[in-house]
Amino acid sequence: MQYAANLDPEIARAQLVQGKQTFDSVSDVVHRVAEAKTTRAWYIAMAFSLALLGVWGIAVAYLVWTGIGVWGLNQPIGWAWDITGFVFWVGIGHAGTLISAILFLFRQKWRTSINRAAEAMTIFAVICALTYPTIHVGRVWLLYWVFPVPNQMAAWPNFRSPLLWDVFAVSTYFTVSLLFWFVGLIPDLATFRDRSTTKLRRTIYGIFAFGWRGANRHWRHYEKAYLLLAGLSTPLVLSVHTVVSFDFATSVIPGWHTTILPPYFVAGAIFSGFAMVQTLLIPCREWFGLKELITMRHLENMNKIILATGMMVGYAYAIEFFMAWYSGNEYERFTFVNRAMGPYAWAYWSMWSCNVLSPQLFWKKSWRTNIPLMFVVSIFVNIGMWFERFVIIVTSLHRDYLPSSWGYFRPTITDIATFAGTFGLFFTLFLLFIRFLPVIAISEVKGVMPAANPHADHGHGAEVKA
Amino acid sequence: MSKIPVDQRHEYPQDNTYWRSREQLAEAPEWKALAQREFANEASELIDPVSRRNFLQFMTASMGLAGLQACRRPVQQILPYTRTPEDVIPGVAQHYASSFSMGQHSFGLLVESHEGRPTKVEGNPDHSSSFGGTNAYAQALVLDLYDADRSQAVLNKGKKATWADFSAFAKTLPADGAGVAVLSETIASPTLAAQSKAFLAKYPKAIWAQYDPLNSDNALAGAKLAFGSAVRAHADYEKADVIAAFGADFLHEGESLAASRQWAKRRKPDSQMSRLYVVEGQFTVTGAAADHRVRVQTRQVFDVLRAVAAELTKAGLPVDPAVKDAVASAKFENEKFVKALAKDLLAKKGKAVIVVGDAQPAAAHALAHTLNLALAAPVTFTAVPDYQATEQAEQLKALVDSLGSVTTLIILGGNPAYNLPFDVKFEERVKKIANVVHLSDRVDETSALAGWHLPRSHAFEAWGDTISFTGQVAPVQPLIEPLYDTKSDIEVVSILNGNSDKRGYDLVRATYSDRLDAEAFWRRSVHAGVFAGTQLAAVTPTLTTKWTAALAAPPAKAELELQFVVGSIYDGRFANNSWLQESPDPMSKLVWDNAALLSAKTAAEMSVKNGSVIKISYKGQSLDAPVWVQPGQPDKTISIALGYGRSKVGLVGENVGVNAYKLRHSAAPWFDGSVTAAPVAGATYKLVSTQDHGSMEGRPVVRERNLPEFQRDPGFARKMVQHPKLQSLFKEHDYTKGHQWSLIVDLNSCVGCNNCAVACQAENNIPVVGKDQVSRGRYMTWIRLDRYFEGSEEEPHVVHQAVMCMHCENAPCEQVCPVGATIHSPEGLNDIAYNRCIGTKYCLNNCPYKVRRFNFLAWHETEPEKIKMQHNPNVTVRMRGVIEKCTYCVQRINAGKIKEKTSKVAMKDGDVTPACAQACPSGALTFGDLLDPNSRVAQLGKDPRNYGMLEELNTKPRTTYLAKVRNLNPELG
Repeated sequence: MQYAANLDPEIARAQLVQGKQTFDSVSDVVHRVAEAKTTRAWYIAMAFSLALLGVWGIAVAYLVWTGIGVWGLNQPIGWAWDITGFVFWVGIGHAGTLISAILFLFRQKWRTSINRAAEAMTIFAVICALTYPTIHVGRVWLLYWVFPVPNQMAAWPNFRSPLLWDVFAVSTYFTVSLLFWFVGLIPDLATFRDRSTTKLRRTIYGIFAFGWRGANRHWRHYEKAYLLLAGLSTPLVLSVHTVVSFDFATSVIPGWHTTILPPYFVAGAIFSGFAMVQTLLIPCREWFGLKELITMRHLENMNKIILATGMMVGYAYAIEFFMAWYSGNEYERFTFVNRAMGPYAWAYWSMWSCNVLSPQLFWKKSWRTNIPLMFVVSIFVNIGMWFERFVIIVTSLHRDYLPSSWGYFRPTITDIATFAGTFGLFFTLFLLFIRFLPVIAISEVKGVMPAANPHADHGHGAEVKA
Repeated sequence: MSKIPVDQRHEYPQDNTYWRSREQLAEAPEWKALAQREFANEASELIDPVSRRNFLQFMTASMGLAGLQACRRPVQQILPYTRTPEDVIPGVAQHYASSFSMGQHSFGLLVESHEGRPTKVEGNPDHSSSFGGTNAYAQALVLDLYDADRSQAVLNKGKKATWADFSAFAKTLPADGAGVAVLSETIASPTLAAQSKAFLAKYPKAIWAQYDPLNSDNALAGAKLAFGSAVRAHADYEKADVIAAFGADFLHEGESLAASRQWAKRRKPDSQMSRLYVVEGQFTVTGAAADHRVRVQTRQVFDVLRAVAAELTKAGLPVDPAVKDAVASAKFENEKFVKALAKDLLAKKGKAVIVVGDAQPAAAHALAHTLNLALAAPVTFTAVPDYQATEQAEQLKALVDSLGSVTTLIILGGNPAYNLPFDVKFEERVKKIANVVHLSDRVDETSALAGWHLPRSHAFEAWGDTISFTGQVAPVQPLIEPLYDTKSDIEVVSILNGNSDKRGYDLVRATYSDRLDAEAFWRRSVHAGVFAGTQLAAVTPTLTTKWTAALAAPPAKAELELQFVVGSIYDGRFANNSWLQESPDPMSKLVWDNAALLSAKTAAEMSVKNGSVIKISYKGQSLDAPVWVQPGQPDKTISIALGYGRSKVGLVGENVGVNAYKLRHSAAPWFDGSVTAAPVAGATYKLVSTQDHGSMEGRPVVRERNLPEFQRDPGFARKMVQHPKLQSLFKEHDYTKGHQWSLIVDLNSCVGCNNCAVACQAENNIPVVGKDQVSRGRYMTWIRLDRYFEGSEEEPHVVHQAVMCMHCENAPCEQVCPVGATIHSPEGLNDIAYNRCIGTKYCLNNCPYKVRRFNFLAWHETEPEKIKMQHNPNVTVRMRGVIEKCTYCVQRINAGKIKEKTSKVAMKDGDVTPACAQACPSGALTFGDLLDPNSRVAQLGKDPRNYGMLEELNTKPRTTYLAKVRNLNPELG
């Protein structure tokens, strides 16, 4: 496909929707993904995801049945792949809301064709993230004690604990993201309802479409609700990862106890979130014929964000080192020297290369518009961001204050199976989403098409059929 | 207390994994064999391939029972006593005085009993070899009582028999005793000694030999050389300004409890502080505690002593000219050390003492005696009881030489098939003997050779008495009816003597019946745990000089040396004791193994590293042993601990480590040259240590100064860390009311011996996790003895530090727990509500001291049922998934407070003592109430040496330290 075809005559940028799309054809294109006969590729992907999910189920059952000892955790490393996985997935879950809420408030119209998938990704990633704090506790069956459930023993959670803040931050984020996603889905669910060919589908979509008829009043309420939820979500994008970073920042462990962690985590989260959106959408648009809706301009914009946030985390890595030296705190200094030169140096330098070096390719326009290259970089960033969390968590714990209790963490097969299994969970949910829900916000995309422009007739917009 | 029927033996589940490694469970062929053999025929069916028939049976039964299971929880009944035993108040522990012996050394005990179950051992303060302290062996004794592998019945040729059968057999012994031989362990019991005399009177042609693999033959022979008579020397370390130890690990072996107590009293950093020099061939805790340590091959220790003697005599120490001439030419390459030591010894004449270890040759002991007398050293001498006055090697030789004509060999305790020197060829010879009787607590290597196996009572099950090294006689009082059909040594000898109906109690009473006030004396003594006025008579021996030829022996050649040392499980008798197996070696921190310790240089020469395997060959024998590079180990010396590599001992200890007895020759029981070692190509072995990192990284963890520096700046320790004013985000607790507990560790007295850690394990139901789990960093002991090396790898300087929960007033762990499971008590304790813990492990991460332990797996669930009888009922047994850590023995604090409340008598300092402080022989741990201005902790808190570790984090630790001060000789710097 020709990039920079269909230029927007006013701003001389590529149109957000390419090709000869009409309102009808947009509905068609998106609905086709859900309505058409299930492809073999989908079945294969689903089988693979379910198999991975099964691995996860077995690993978790074994873990709960036998004890946390089936993982490689030890004293002093009380958290390793579990909380790494948690932060990794929560981080990924940041792009969706950022795209939906913040870009919406900033009137970034290019978000419309990617926000639905990104939001879905957010929700599924947060689900994956939430599995970790659930299963990583020693006594899963008592996890509900973290909630302030009134009881006759007057036992109450400890509100000083950042883990408790996590409980509220992540659950709030999940709830609001889910609501936001769902509200956005309503008009499209109605479209699906109306286009359904079977009664069952019509009924189910009908229930979730809340009786949407596209009335003016509906649109007015919808737009208000969407705007309000966008406003509500915006601080959450910043707060969730800030609170997650408090798990570390408020502790006394060198390498954790730093004030830079909140912004550093938020930047990292956006970085990893966009990388994951790329990883998912690049194949999606290819396989489902969505290239005209998810255009090169979208991909390029996201690459620019990846480049920017990648440099932010790079700055954070560097400033951490500087502060460790500048603070004069011997423990802090040791921790950072140990990160770079100690037994986990391989992880540290993997993090640097993936997160800071690989996005530098995006300085060059032809590279940041090169599909295979950007796909590879997005995978690298995902890997790098996993390593970032691993480095922060494990290298800080493995050598803290007293050299007598230093240790080393090695993952067990169950650690690996649990982590790989969360991808099974994620892709299972994502594949179900692709198959049954509108992967692109149809109504919103229509809103940014030239046809939606009231002045289209005056020759400002492109030629469109009615 | 009823006996457990014999048929219930091995009722423990298939869980050798608990003890060793989880992987082992599936493969262990022994276990499979055991399962098949021990259970009824149907049980074998269980491991057969599934047949259609039993599949259906099991399916039906499972479904039926699964339904039933859901109905209700299993019913467990608690039954009241039908006749309440006198003085038993349910829930209140009782303590009984007792004692136990290992070789010639006996220790007084106070054993805690809960409703008839012995659960914990403490030292008897009235016993002159204990002074209230205990060693790790004593602590672990209680676990042996409940050992699931103890033998439970008399066996005759492998078949179950009765004691009556054995009595009948005993009657068939030849009337004159011809062809009868007895091999016992060291007789350290006046009653047994009397019985052995009676035995030899009844069977005049019989032979009785005593043998313990770890004996004091050399010291005895040395005394005989020097004085012509069997005497024992007892150094008084409290009176010594200068101590020179030659291969003597006196703070950890033998009379270590009394010695470390005396020594620690003189390690206060004042003008009275003593100075310790150690010359040794293996890095011991005594060497680590020394002010100056010189590492030499064990064979060269005597050379150094001779060089010191030469220097001393040159400087005018009045000794016999024969001695002076004999040592005159002796030299040691480190002349500076020799000169400085000699000068120091002379300067402190009358307050300087030389001690020599059991491994050193007799002449070294004799020379030390000579020098000590000339130095007017604070050493007292006592006679040796006549039944201990013959060297055991001689007794063994006499026995072995006559084995050809022996038809009945009675082995009372001990395990000669395992631990005799290889040249004795015991197994080969014993197989030719018609009747072999073995009294043993388990079916072991020797029992396998014996026709008669007699199950032996544990020390807590039988009456007896012991005599300590200093002659303190103490009763052995049973705490529980024998769990199985067992008898004690004295009861067995009584059967041999034809008195098969005599009970142990009567036998012991008889020993102490020749007094007018026998009854009152007996009652008083059993209550006190010691027989008053029973010290050995002091003697003033006179020196002879006939032995000085032995001094002229040529200096040791510089060739590879093999040295045997004592490890965590003593001579191997504690091999099945999981607490001791998991108790890290104080210097190498290895658990569940022994290893060939090598210096870095020697290891490099052999091109081996940690975990390589070397083949050690000596006099036609060879042994493959894993290598551990030990800093401070002398070059060209292989040190290897005895007692490991048991082939038949039980589920815990079987094949743990390698059996170094295979290389032990009766001519060189402790060390020898002419040994070769070569790496076994490609072979590796996983050794597990609890502390991988030995350097302090320059951090102010253990703070240390030399004495003059300390005197110039007594408050150095606190000055080592500068920090801004500390402020807490949170409102701090009020610590001005009630009791405020604190523990202070004096690093000058702490030698890192592990006694506190094992005591803590016994008191607090701390599980062992096995080698594999330790290797994964999951050991559970609440007290770590951190060991740090400083300086070069060749001549490191070592410090030990006991680290338990700091009970921070401002605890980082408490703030992060999401469910508030770890909280502060009004008395300043950092409490954990195990029931509330959900196991996030956040507190473990956020503890800067890393003293919190997580139950990664269900350690306790896989314990044999019998071991559970050891558990302290006042301490929760933690389930998997929860955090635990030191509580300052809160159960003891609460017991003290209850007593305070009920008796209305205010608690005094010292009324509450945690298990660690109680066990510590050197008094390094002090516990008490900070708000009591007269308490010892309040006083020690004012000591300028007092500091809190990582105080700059504003944790405000309640466990604090007294900085270490060494007393270096200025001439050696």
